[in-house]
Amino acid sequence: MKILVLLKKTPDTETKIEVSGDGSTIDHTNTKFIINPYDEFAIEEALQIKEKNSGAEVVIASFGDASCKDLVVKGLAMGADRGVLVSNEGLENADSLAVSKVLKALIESEQASLVLCGKQAIDDDNMHVGTMVAELLGWPHVNVANKVDIEGESCTVEREVEGGQVEVHKFNLPGLIGANKALNNPRYTSLPGIMKAKRKPFDNKSISDLGLDSAALSNTTVLKGLEYPAEKPAGKLFQGEDIDTMVGKVVQLLRDEAKVL
Amino acid sequence: MKVLVYIDQRDGKLKQNGIELLTAARALVSSPADLASLVVGDNVDGVSGELTGYGSDTTFVASMPELANYNVLNYAAAVQTTIDTFKPDLVLGSASPMGKDLFPRLAARNNSGLLTDIVGLEEKDGELIGKKPLYAGKCIGTYGFAGDGVKFATLRPNTFAPEKNEQGSAAVKTVEVSLPEARMNTVEVRKGASQKADLTEATRIISGGRALASADNFKLLDECAETFGATVGASRAAVDSGYAPHDMQVGQTGKTVNPSLYIACGISGSIQHMAGMRTSKTIIAINTDPDAPIFTVADYGIVADLFEAVPLLTKKLKELNL
Repeated sequence: MKILVLLKKTPDTETKIEVSGDGSTIDHTNTKFIINPYDEFAIEEALQIKEKNSGAEVVIASFGDASCKDLVVKGLAMGADRGVLVSNEGLENADSLAVSKVLKALIESEQASLVLCGKQAIDDDNMHVGTMVAELLGWPHVNVANKVDIEGESCTVEREVEGGQVEVHKFNLPGLIGANKALNNPRYTSLPGIMKAKRKPFDNKSISDLGLDSAALSNTTVLKGLEYPAEKPAGKLFQGEDIDTMVGKVVQLLRDEAKVL
Repeated sequence: MKVLVYIDQRDGKLKQNGIELLTAARALVSSPADLASLVVGDNVDGVSGELTGYGSDTTFVASMPELANYNVLNYAAAVQTTIDTFKPDLVLGSASPMGKDLFPRLAARNNSGLLTDIVGLEEKDGELIGKKPLYAGKCIGTYGFAGDGVKFATLRPNTFAPEKNEQGSAAVKTVEVSLPEARMNTVEVRKGASQKADLTEATRIISGGRALASADNFKLLDECAETFGATVGASRAAVDSGYAPHDMQVGQTGKTVNPSLYIACGISGSIQHMAGMRTSKTIIAINTDPDAPIFTVADYGIVADLFEAVPLLTKKLKELNL
């Protein structure tokens, strides 16, 4: 079984996002980048599946700029076997569907039978790409997976939906699974793991290596501008009074001023 | 413009967040004839009454036993059949667990653009424009669509009020779905422990942070939530400390929420937490530290120990008999 994990580079959750002066782009000069946190759960799940299935191979793939290589190598240090980076040169502003078309071609060229990814990336929070890739491949998918059981070709996946409800879906490989936080606890990388990762096979590919042409990967959505959310006017802060009085005042304001009760 | 609104249904009941989509879509169409709803499920033919008077003439209904539970492949076939029949310019859904699973498939199937979790939608100079939060709300992006054909968007729950305009008969038209090859089976749907609204859909939320100090102490919030019909949430710090399960987490690596009232108890307000709740309409913060960042987004702040303030809040809300 060949398992491919899709990895995206995203800003750290604690990073301050700076919109450029003309509102056309994000200024990432001071941004710290990390592996999209949900993708780490996908890597961990792939490694656990490999441990139960002798002969399985785990490949980590990313579509992005040259700096994504370091993040893929981090995944190799966790225990994956091989890394692939498809350069996004000329497609830096590719939208979800364009990215999905590239990843579809990559998955076909790798002949992977199971694809794992994070349930969503924490930059644009779209929850698009995994599902779009599955659709383009004609594969089933289950996203927001809390539990995965694989017996031979048969996958049983539990998916979390609203109100704590759980849907249980079953499909035969090939298929795609999007990892939720509750799926597992990603392992830490060890020093020997990090040393080994540097010697693991790593392929750099271009979209033309995948038989694609950037002209055929046009966007279906267009970013027109970025802005900060509207600043809220300063609120009312109660302190130093009797707690009962302060709570009473706030409840009154909720009824009379905010009108939310 | 013609708009098809996809209304989530579970257990035969329409989600309230579906109704607000009709309010949002009304601004885009010139007559009720150009606005239609779609409900997919089993035994859901009787839903049109609930959709009458919201500005749409047609309710497409795909109703068969195989559609009783959500299965993305079968549901996508039902929506695609309706798209092929009604030929909308836009399909609008809710950014719910179902909508966010279904719409990327439909967009890819139609080689079309999809805007997810939008908080604004308008037609400007003949172009459809959507606004959506990025980086969990740290900034807002304005987007248009490129290319011809049907476009897709999902709306963040609780963005619009579900208002009637007394127009539109919502007459039922049956959709005959030919199901795709069964490549995936939904074998079970387990009920959640809580009958409360999910955080992403809740209109009232009370959340606790690390200051709660134990899972047991979350009972304080449960009791308070009972008095005003709220759903209980938690900060990442509380979840990571094991005081609350992950499905209660509000924030950038948890759930993004948009209630009319959000009460943060013992939450200092990390960037990642505030990203997940800053669009809440009214925010209350209770914290012992007057310099806690959460007070910068709070409409009303109380500098106090939550263990004293929350029981008092519970008592006063109970007296209101909400």
